[in-house]
Amino acid sequence: MLIALDNLMAARYQMALSLGFHIVLACFGVALPAMIYVLHRRGIRNQDADALLLAKKWAKVSAVLFAVGAVSGTILSFEMGILWPGLMSTYGDVIGLPFALEGIAFFIEAVFIGIYLYGWGRLSPKVHLRTLIPIMLSGAFGTFCIISVNAWMNAPAGFDLDQDGEVINVDPLAAMFNSAVWGQAAHMFVATYVVTGFLVASVYAVGMLKGRRDRRHTMGFTVAFAFAGIASVIQPFVGHLTGERLAEEQPSKLAAIELATETESPAPLMIGGILVDGEVRLGIEIPVLGSIVATNSLDGEVPGLNEFPPDERPPANVVHLAFQTMVGAGTLMAAISVWFWWRRRRHDDPFSSWMLRATVLAGALSVVALQSGWVTTEVGRQPWIVYRFMRVDEAVTTNGGIWISLAVIVVVYASMAYLAARVIRGMARRWRESDDVEIATPYGPSEESPILAINARSADGSE
Amino acid sequence: MALSDVVAALLFLGVVAYALFGGADFGCGLWDLTAGDAERGAHLRHQIDRSIGPVWEANHVWLIYILVFLWTGFPEPFAAIMTTLYIPWLLVGLGIVLRGGAFAFRKFSTSFAEARMHGVMFATASIVTPFFLGMIAGAVASGRVPADGSGDIWKSWTGPTSWIGGVLAVLTTTFLAGTFLAADARRAGNHELAAEMGRKSLFAGIVTGAAALGAAVVIELDAPTLASGLHGRGLPLIIISAVAGATSLWQLRQGEWAIARYGAVVAVAAIVIGWGVGQYDWILVDEVTIADGIGARSTQIGLIIVFGFAAVTAVPALVWLYVLVNRRDWSVDPTRSTTPTR
Repeated sequence: MLIALDNLMAARYQMALSLGFHIVLACFGVALPAMIYVLHRRGIRNQDADALLLAKKWAKVSAVLFAVGAVSGTILSFEMGILWPGLMSTYGDVIGLPFALEGIAFFIEAVFIGIYLYGWGRLSPKVHLRTLIPIMLSGAFGTFCIISVNAWMNAPAGFDLDQDGEVINVDPLAAMFNSAVWGQAAHMFVATYVVTGFLVASVYAVGMLKGRRDRRHTMGFTVAFAFAGIASVIQPFVGHLTGERLAEEQPSKLAAIELATETESPAPLMIGGILVDGEVRLGIEIPVLGSIVATNSLDGEVPGLNEFPPDERPPANVVHLAFQTMVGAGTLMAAISVWFWWRRRRHDDPFSSWMLRATVLAGALSVVALQSGWVTTEVGRQPWIVYRFMRVDEAVTTNGGIWISLAVIVVVYASMAYLAARVIRGMARRWRESDDVEIATPYGPSEESPILAINARSADGSE
Repeated sequence: MALSDVVAALLFLGVVAYALFGGADFGCGLWDLTAGDAERGAHLRHQIDRSIGPVWEANHVWLIYILVFLWTGFPEPFAAIMTTLYIPWLLVGLGIVLRGGAFAFRKFSTSFAEARMHGVMFATASIVTPFFLGMIAGAVASGRVPADGSGDIWKSWTGPTSWIGGVLAVLTTTFLAGTFLAADARRAGNHELAAEMGRKSLFAGIVTGAAALGAAVVIELDAPTLASGLHGRGLPLIIISAVAGATSLWQLRQGEWAIARYGAVVAVAAIVIGWGVGQYDWILVDEVTIADGIGARSTQIGLIIVFGFAAVTAVPALVWLYVLVNRRDWSVDPTRSTTPTR
């Protein structure tokens, strides 16, 4: 079947793909340094060679992930202009401040990642360990800044329009600290720990299921799971803080999430269901719960799609399904975490086969929840790019042929994902075969690296 | 000095920094590609790994800095540049992804064949990326980007000045990288490689100088606004660039690799600043002035404050990074036993 992609759809798919790819790597960039810190610190403080070895391995893997994350993030800043010039030419200066601050965060992150990755054996152990701290802080700060821009698109602030529709009275601080930013930033920040923790833990879970139950495996599993286990239990509450603002900030998104055709109070909560010709089919309604979830009250009004003109309604089925997928995945992850802590508390083996399998599942669910959460918020804002101020079709580029760049991006990102996975698997395989954490780079065909000869020469001072 | 001029100057500071630091990283591509087979090229490829490994991500952030300053400081010119020149920008984006990814992948490759594949990808992307960035610069400098972004999506960036920009970008980054690699190899104790890179850089420098002379003729004919700026305000910078470049070449001949790279840095910085000064006070040459293209005033003040904040946070961090990588113990592979005594 030939699908005719118009330019706007191609641009949206390209943006979605680029963001969906980058966000997974961004999670590692924000959360992995904290996990490495725990292991590294333990390695130094307790003279724990296993912990130190794990820290080194994770650092080497992070070198690959951070590199791909840095460049895929750059693509996004290009796409802001290439795909959405209408947005940037009108509002570039309104939302520029958090972007500029994120630039600083990125600088600091990149500098200290360079220092940390190359600091092994070159910096004193204490100083070396501490170089992780600015990486963690700038990761958190960078998350806030970038989410601030997205939150502003959802809850625009910090400007007025004059009679001609020109932007006036720009207040960059008000734009940055819009009403949606804290909830959204917290939700995303916690998500980075859920995703990174469960993905790392699931790698070790797979190893343990294959019978590799040594101390390093249990330690790697436990550290990663500890972060994800706590984050995934907190996350539903943080998410609720974001959601309860929707009734006020983005009623059309809320209506789509709830698949509410009519405004109701009290409103039911719809589980499952699909909208066909304006009628909800196959859904299970739980009375009053919709009001409680969305407004924290028994009779709060939940807006329905009928309040919005047809051309201002988001595609409700996509948004509803994405939201329910996120909540379902999140609930399962929280349950898996609670199960793990409960087993530990009862001194049952926390590494039983079923627990390990559940962790592998949680790794997959974490990415599902992450992506479906973003689908919820982005598709839920449609047709707006800046809620109630600018529509996506006003922002999109006038250039044709975006589907070509979309096709190129699909191929390139698929290749990058494949190559990164291949390289990391190759690293893991070599680590299993040898206890040496250093990986020789095979630039020369000979076994004996010429570099070792140089080092031998410079080590004895004979220049 | 008007507020818009301050923001433009800060934006251009990013362009200069990216040309120097990002440029020196990209410039390694041509050397990597031409380093020879596995036997002969291994030394140089290891040196490139060590030289740019710790710094390339930080140097890359200057590009983000430029983009953010452009869209925040000059939202409409930014949209015009991205719309008219979206094809070269996409190619730059691809180059950046392939360069960064391949560089990271190569270091941890399992086999020689895999390392070679990533190496070719890294090297090719490192050459292609500055080339298209140079073409973009040429398009803006020769007045081919209309204010409303409606420029021809092919012709706007394929004029004579764009080709000159692309070629000069590749040559200057290659020259810069060569002098840095020579100095780094010497610090690492590999005098043979240092001498080889010194010789090659000397050659690259001569080619770059000749190309710059040729470029002057093309700019004269194709970009009159830029040319008149270069004759006037820009002239001292052109002279500085020529003198610094010649000095650098002389020092390369003398085997003073460490000093030669400073001459190369000054030569490249002067030529880039010369472009900026020559183009002033246009943000889009012949189309939009800096004063007309500037965004909301309150945000510009915010940008300047952010820059001040960066000067006391990011800049000291960058300086520390550069100090570390220039230390001798960071120039060689560390001893393998980094685990504490058990």
